[in-house]
Amino acid sequence: MSTKVISLVSIGAHPSSGRARRAEQDARAVELGLQLAGDNLQVVHAGDPREEALRAYLGMGLEHLDVLEQPAGADVLGVLGDYLRQAGAQLVLTGSQAETGEGSGMLPFLLAEKLGWPLVVGLAEVESIENGTAQVLQALPRGQRRRLKVRLPLLATVDNAAPKPRQSAFGPARRGVLAEHQVAVVEDPVLGDDALQPARPRPKRLKVIKAKSGADRMKAATAKASGGGGKVLKDVSPQEGAEAILKLLVEEGVLR
Amino acid sequence: MLNTLLPILLFTALALAVLGALRRVRMWRRGRPSPVNLLAGLLAMPRRYLVDLHHVVERDKYMSKTHVATAGGFVLSAVLAVLVHGFGLHNQILGYALLVATVIMFSGALFVFKRRLNPPSRLSKGPWMRLPKSLLMFAASFFIATLPVAGILPEGTGGWVLVALLGVGVLWGVSELFFGMTWGGPMKHAFAGALHLAWHRRAERFGGGRSTGLKPLDLEDRSAPLGVEKPADFTWNQLLGFDACVQCGKCEAMCPAFAAGQPLNPKKLIQDMVIGLAGGTDANFAGSPYPGKPLGEHGGHPHQPIVNGLVDAETLWSCTTCRACVEECPMMIEHVDAIVDMRRHLTLEKGATPNKGAEVLDNLIATDNPGGFAPGGRMNWAADLSLKLMADVKTTEVLFWVGDGAFDMRNQRTLRAFVKVLKASGVDFAVLGLEERDSGDVARRLGDEATFQQLARRNIQTLAQYRFQRIVTCDPHSFHVLKNEYGALGGEYQVQHHSTYIAELIAAGKLNLGQHKGGSVTYHDPCYLGRYNGEYEAPREVLRALGIEVREMERSGFRSRCCGGGGGAPITDIPGKQRIPDMRMDDIRETAAELVAVGCPQCTAMLEGVVEPRPQIKDLAELVADVLIEQDAPAPATSPAAKREPAEVH
Repeated sequence: MSTKVISLVSIGAHPSSGRARRAEQDARAVELGLQLAGDNLQVVHAGDPREEALRAYLGMGLEHLDVLEQPAGADVLGVLGDYLRQAGAQLVLTGSQAETGEGSGMLPFLLAEKLGWPLVVGLAEVESIENGTAQVLQALPRGQRRRLKVRLPLLATVDNAAPKPRQSAFGPARRGVLAEHQVAVVEDPVLGDDALQPARPRPKRLKVIKAKSGADRMKAATAKASGGGGKVLKDVSPQEGAEAILKLLVEEGVLR
Repeated sequence: MLNTLLPILLFTALALAVLGALRRVRMWRRGRPSPVNLLAGLLAMPRRYLVDLHHVVERDKYMSKTHVATAGGFVLSAVLAVLVHGFGLHNQILGYALLVATVIMFSGALFVFKRRLNPPSRLSKGPWMRLPKSLLMFAASFFIATLPVAGILPEGTGGWVLVALLGVGVLWGVSELFFGMTWGGPMKHAFAGALHLAWHRRAERFGGGRSTGLKPLDLEDRSAPLGVEKPADFTWNQLLGFDACVQCGKCEAMCPAFAAGQPLNPKKLIQDMVIGLAGGTDANFAGSPYPGKPLGEHGGHPHQPIVNGLVDAETLWSCTTCRACVEECPMMIEHVDAIVDMRRHLTLEKGATPNKGAEVLDNLIATDNPGGFAPGGRMNWAADLSLKLMADVKTTEVLFWVGDGAFDMRNQRTLRAFVKVLKASGVDFAVLGLEERDSGDVARRLGDEATFQQLARRNIQTLAQYRFQRIVTCDPHSFHVLKNEYGALGGEYQVQHHSTYIAELIAAGKLNLGQHKGGSVTYHDPCYLGRYNGEYEAPREVLRALGIEVREMERSGFRSRCCGGGGGAPITDIPGKQRIPDMRMDDIRETAAELVAVGCPQCTAMLEGVVEPRPQIKDLAELVADVLIEQDAPAPATSPAAKREPAEVH
């Protein structure tokens, strides 16, 4: 079985110091890739090949890492899509969201759309790959797992449910090669000068504790987070469905 | 007949010994090069043997006297035997001298024999049980064979029977003592030991010196291995050093990890390295195994990886680098160097630092502290102390190196106490503030030489911008690294532990101290202050100045037992049967002291981790600050402060 596995990696930033490092989720994508493909794993980064933080991925035991040279702020979508198609990738693994740059978490979705591939979010484990179909476990909230059968080629994002990345060692990191590839550069028209602004933390919903007894509080603390006021719509016409959604949006104050 | 038989036996044995020596030398030369002055080493060897080594052996009076008689008698008898019986110089004076020498050797060997009747568990058995008999046989045979030479018995006494008996005795004796010396018998320690002393990798240890800093890896040299993977990656004189082991087990008896039931025995580790350099398995090892690891399952070869063949990784990670084994070793073997060398390979090449190791190293790289705290919070503990920053003052008398204890709430109490003492003494001091980084101690001992050198270089760069007379720190680990390990990277400073500095302040009369009132006190010597840097007296002086009579533990001073917190051991956390700090707390309880004075944030954390009820733990700085009488500071006016309106809470 030789499925071409590619892990896409980005430059991370340490949450408390902001210093460049391997991105946590991308490192998990590399770990998963190494467990699946061993030495045949290919790791790709679109960005600056002189970035030393990339060596932290090499330190996981990679001989080389392919870097599609891109300036900061370029739109890497097209470049990555073309590259993956040409490389004959069967399984592409990536983190859910970058720690630096735009970090919108949209890249996997846009990439899957562009390639016309299925996308699995929150991949926890690849159980088997047979006859062009992968059987995988997808992580759902609260420790649940969903078993999926997906045809290849496949794009999958990993988050913290995937195996912990192995330690990056100095020796292989120093020996490994950052292989530059010259590719076309596409300016990102959306990412203008003032397109970015600091994120504001999302307001939290106030938690009203109605519980009277300890047992109730326990239940409230351990129960699944749910809106409570929601309802399940089944077999309704599109018109009715849209009205229900609109009503909810107005109730929640999203639309006025 | 004896006159023909003895020369043949003697010279055959000597020839075989030379052959064995050449073979052994070839084994050592498989190691990597090491810069050693061969001739100067050989010239210095007798002194190192007679003075430095003897000092260590002298701690056990019984053994030192036994060894002097046996070894001295043997060397003398061997030389004289070669002259008298080998070259046939049948001179009566020489004969008498040989008789005296063999008697000395025989009486020494009797004591060796006596100790072997009921040997303690630390001693290796096996071939070592045979050694006293061989010594007695050698001495007795040559004694009887020399009687005619001295003219005490007529030539030819005893006839063929005696000749045959003496022939067997001499054969046994010279086999063990001449060629057994170079072919791997128990007497190998004499041959390898002498050369090991001559070409020791830390020549500074001799003549009363001290050399405890780890040797740096040359990271610029891409061809040099990153640490030790196979026995041949050690330097040749390290391999030679392993061969010098006498298997006396003094290291085993002192090792905190061995006592805690963790899979480490320093003596076995050194013997495993000998197996590695010669090839074979550990089935014939005649001492205590690594706790929980049966003998006979491990083997190695000079060019085979050590870990998970010869030695398990957990064995290497059990070490707390407390240096108790090195301190005890009469052959001056460097166990800790070897362990760190092998750890370096595991961390730098394999990325196999166990448990929290990888996380701690990542944190050190990304945040300059092992806990992964935001670097901007490094001075939060001193937010209200208005400390002077080096960046502002540029020059100061005392640079207070805070250390990573700055992020630990328990250690912050110590730091604040020390600041109080410094302020009371009126000395001019400042801190680096946010410019300070971890000293690199933990990274280095976890084998991450690259991160250590990076942290060290940055710290050296920072320190180079400022002028100060000395660095003072409350952390013996930072103290050791700054004092002994930054030098190789270009940072030479005068560094003091706070206990030394406080002792100086007290001696200079700069502190107005009251008397300690909190009951009886014992003192725990931190390894990195004591064994690593020889500072046993200053902390005790400080305690005496507080009116404390220290109730010494049985294991104190250079024999102090480690708290279990060194060498990254709490991070790699190898399971054992009990915890090292619990054992240390038992030592403390034996003194019935109500309080234990410490001088190290690691020791504080480890000992405070022992469940109550137990004696209280206080740093020296806290004890001093508690009894400080501040004269010029006006007593804080108990302000008749505005009775505050209760705040309304919603």
